[in-house]
Amino acid sequence: MIRFTTSLRRCWLAACLAASLPLLAQEPSAAPDQAAAAVASAEAAPAVPTAFPDVLRALGSASLSERAALLNALLATKHPNTAAVLKAWLEDHLHVRDADGEMFITAESDAGDASSFALTDPVTLAASGPESADGFTKVGSNNALRKLLRSAVASFTLGSPDADVRLGAVREMLRAPDDATLALLRERRAAETDAAVQRAIDLGLASADLASDNADLRLAAVQVLSGSLAGEAIAKLEALRDPANETDERVRAAASLAISSISLKRSLYSGIETLFFGLSLGSVLVLAAIGLAITFGVMGVINMAHGELMMIGAYTAYVVQLLLPNHLAASILISIPAAFVVSGLVGIAIERGVVKHLYGRPLETLLATFGISLILQQLVRSIFSPLNRSVATPEFMSGQWVINDALSLTWNRLYIVLFTLLVFAALQLILRRTSLGLTVRAVSQNRAMARSMGINSDRIAAITFGLGSGIAGVAGVALSQLTNVGPNLGQSYIIDSFMVVVFGGVGNLWGTLIGGMTLGVAGKLLEPAVGAVMAKIAMLVFIILFIQRRKQGLFPQKGRAAEGH
Amino acid sequence: MKMNPMKTALLAAAAALSFSTQAADDTIKVGVLHSLSGTMAISETTLKDTVLMLIDEQNKKGGVLGKKLEAVVVDPASNWPLFAEKASELIDKNKVSVVFGCWTSVSRKSVLPVFEKSNSLLFYPVQYEGEESSKNVIYTGAAPNQQAIPAVDYLMKDLKVKRWVLEGTDYVYPRTTNKILEAYLKAKGVKAEDIIVNYTPFGFSDWQSEVSKIKAFGSAGKKTAVVSTINGDANVPFYKELGNQKISAEDIPVVAFSVGEEELSGIDTKPLVGHLAAWNYFESVKSPANSAFIKAWHSYIKNDKRTTNDPMEATYIGFNLWVKAVEKAKTTDTEKVIETLPGLEVPNLTGGTAKLLPNHHITKPVYIGEIKEDGQFETVWQTKGEVPGDAWSDFLDGSKDLESDWVKLKCGNYNTKTKKCSN
Repeated sequence: MIRFTTSLRRCWLAACLAASLPLLAQEPSAAPDQAAAAVASAEAAPAVPTAFPDVLRALGSASLSERAALLNALLATKHPNTAAVLKAWLEDHLHVRDADGEMFITAESDAGDASSFALTDPVTLAASGPESADGFTKVGSNNALRKLLRSAVASFTLGSPDADVRLGAVREMLRAPDDATLALLRERRAAETDAAVQRAIDLGLASADLASDNADLRLAAVQVLSGSLAGEAIAKLEALRDPANETDERVRAAASLAISSISLKRSLYSGIETLFFGLSLGSVLVLAAIGLAITFGVMGVINMAHGELMMIGAYTAYVVQLLLPNHLAASILISIPAAFVVSGLVGIAIERGVVKHLYGRPLETLLATFGISLILQQLVRSIFSPLNRSVATPEFMSGQWVINDALSLTWNRLYIVLFTLLVFAALQLILRRTSLGLTVRAVSQNRAMARSMGINSDRIAAITFGLGSGIAGVAGVALSQLTNVGPNLGQSYIIDSFMVVVFGGVGNLWGTLIGGMTLGVAGKLLEPAVGAVMAKIAMLVFIILFIQRRKQGLFPQKGRAAEGH
Repeated sequence: MKMNPMKTALLAAAAALSFSTQAADDTIKVGVLHSLSGTMAISETTLKDTVLMLIDEQNKKGGVLGKKLEAVVVDPASNWPLFAEKASELIDKNKVSVVFGCWTSVSRKSVLPVFEKSNSLLFYPVQYEGEESSKNVIYTGAAPNQQAIPAVDYLMKDLKVKRWVLEGTDYVYPRTTNKILEAYLKAKGVKAEDIIVNYTPFGFSDWQSEVSKIKAFGSAGKKTAVVSTINGDANVPFYKELGNQKISAEDIPVVAFSVGEEELSGIDTKPLVGHLAAWNYFESVKSPANSAFIKAWHSYIKNDKRTTNDPMEATYIGFNLWVKAVEKAKTTDTEKVIETLPGLEVPNLTGGTAKLLPNHHITKPVYIGEIKEDGQFETVWQTKGEVPGDAWSDFLDGSKDLESDWVKLKCGNYNTKTKKCSN
């Protein structure tokens, strides 16, 4: 059943092929003389066992470097359970019982409880357990092994009825293609019906065909690759333009043509990508600044503790996640209103306790709120420790939306752009369409007049401050998905927030939105050219110069409200 | 540190004697100069606790020279000029015999003139960029040849990396380290177009473009790795972005010099699994000394979840070197202690020995580990023995001719070409 060739690679190929045909698999018997022959022919010096149970047993005690050879041996056994074992290994579910060295595929016996294992014997598939996890050692892997494992696991799913699974398998196998995987892919290509999978295989095979001896084959491969968008394709084609590497005139010309076609498309997509990066940076700026646009812009209070209100929002997200450890997505959704309420209440307390007594004295307000910001930071240090806390990202927000080989957008940024627009729309609705909004605008335009019309300006000021602070808290929840949740979170955003509000025009929410987005996009356009440090400096210089020319920002307030200031 | 019972008894007797005669001078004061507030409090508070724990243990063993050690803790609050003020306060007002402190290179540069002027002694426990050797500083952290260079060697030889991204935060440590690495890589035949060097500001959080650039750079068909000297807070968003843009450690590994167990304990480690770090100590290294140290740390800090890390080990080595030197010199007089220190050996926590060299650096083993999901490291490579620390890099112009020797030459930057000492 088992044929020993000089190269273990070939064994692996044979194994993969056989494993995709389930009926072929049989329980192999360990033949001592054959095993000896294998040792003599294989280059890996230590005796590699051949029978499935023996390989498993050896795997448990092997070092990381020996495990690569054992992985190939495992594939060579063509045992029907190989795929399950490899998958468990890759996912850290393969454990050795310390007491007797037996290997098991493990699962948590209860969901979320890693302290005891439900066991499955990899040879007989008999279930046993649960047993305490303490008596087991994980069969570990490193980067190199994981790459091999992924490719091997993928090769088993190449025959899956689901086209997406097949596509994933093809992609995985093409990450580190060798002769064995290419042969498998050629085989699959003949039987493949799904267009996307066909194309992925074609591109992979074409990329390999570039090294072929046959000029016509190379030419065909270049033509296939000219439809690709991957950076790897350019690098490979680039080599073919050199007469030293490529003797055939036609192939050289086709390669040049293909490169310019790919480069053009890639630069278009990279332009879109940069624009998206800019918008997503811009929306973070807007989110951080929009609460400030209300307290500073509408009420004229310079609130240096604004950043700390965001920090409180982020810590609220952390606490909510602690309370709901098994419902990540729900905890993020719940923490949005929770952070709004917590930060809003803290904001109202700040307004009632301090800011109220300092209206009309901007310098003292600035110093007092700066003091509050330090108090809040130290408070958080005392309660939560100075170490950063981790807020996990729910599944739907991690990873990226792959549009094509040249363009993919990360989900968390995409959600934050949408979230910013939502918050902005909600705020506009409150200010423009509700009676609360009407009174807020009245108080901010002319306090004395508003009071004489019977508006309780004290109450409105507190509510407005609370609204601005609550929005800061909501921004904090969004930031917890992007950056560290720690006592210094607020400090890193306070300067940017003021910058956006001043640039956009004090007292104008649209100005904040447009200003933030402009700064974001401009920053990201500059960054690749001059580096992140210079981009930041350039932005600050630009804003200083801009404010010299237009003191009121992008969108100055017009009419009597402006004159009142 | 083992003491025979006879010696302990003698010391105890001496302690009793000195207590009765000299009530004012019955303790040896040890200064602790670590930020307990501000941005660096995250890292430095742990080192303050480590020194206090070591002092506590030493006092239980009878102290040093029959005297109890007394810690004087000050808080320079992550404020670089304040470091110099607090250092003077420790030396002039509190008359401490030795100071353990500093983390960032800026803070070390800030206190350096104070220690040199008053001829006092500082033990500095953090990996740094090198290019310095002072008579008054003992560097127990790694010099670039004990961390950065071996890490690059590992990537080049074992992972066959051909293209390099040197990514760092914009300040002196990353800039100097990257300069050394760039020179080293070019000396090894790496072409200029296969290296990109990139800096970002402190606390940078918008990594989209940087990571996208790394991805594009790494897709040219040659194995690519990122050497990261990104500092502190900026790391979490960096790794998160790597994870989101699906750059896995299997394709483009990141080897970091500033990410340790302590930093990992505060973050979601999922996007980091498989990425690498180079240090001289991992909590996961199995040795009797290490288990004892971890146990002592947990019981001292009263929290089993707290991790240990590389600068803690460096503090441990520095403290034991100082104790040994004082006991050998039989005095805490700085001049005598500095003369006694070179050549002394103490065990490190990973089962080896740390020896203090004439250039005031120590010998250290180098470990490369892969980050695991539980925030610990799995060692994937280590040096055979200890690597001696080199103060002046051999790969930089202007520095390769310099040599530091405080035993024979009495000079921190002796130029072997001009045969002159410039300090």
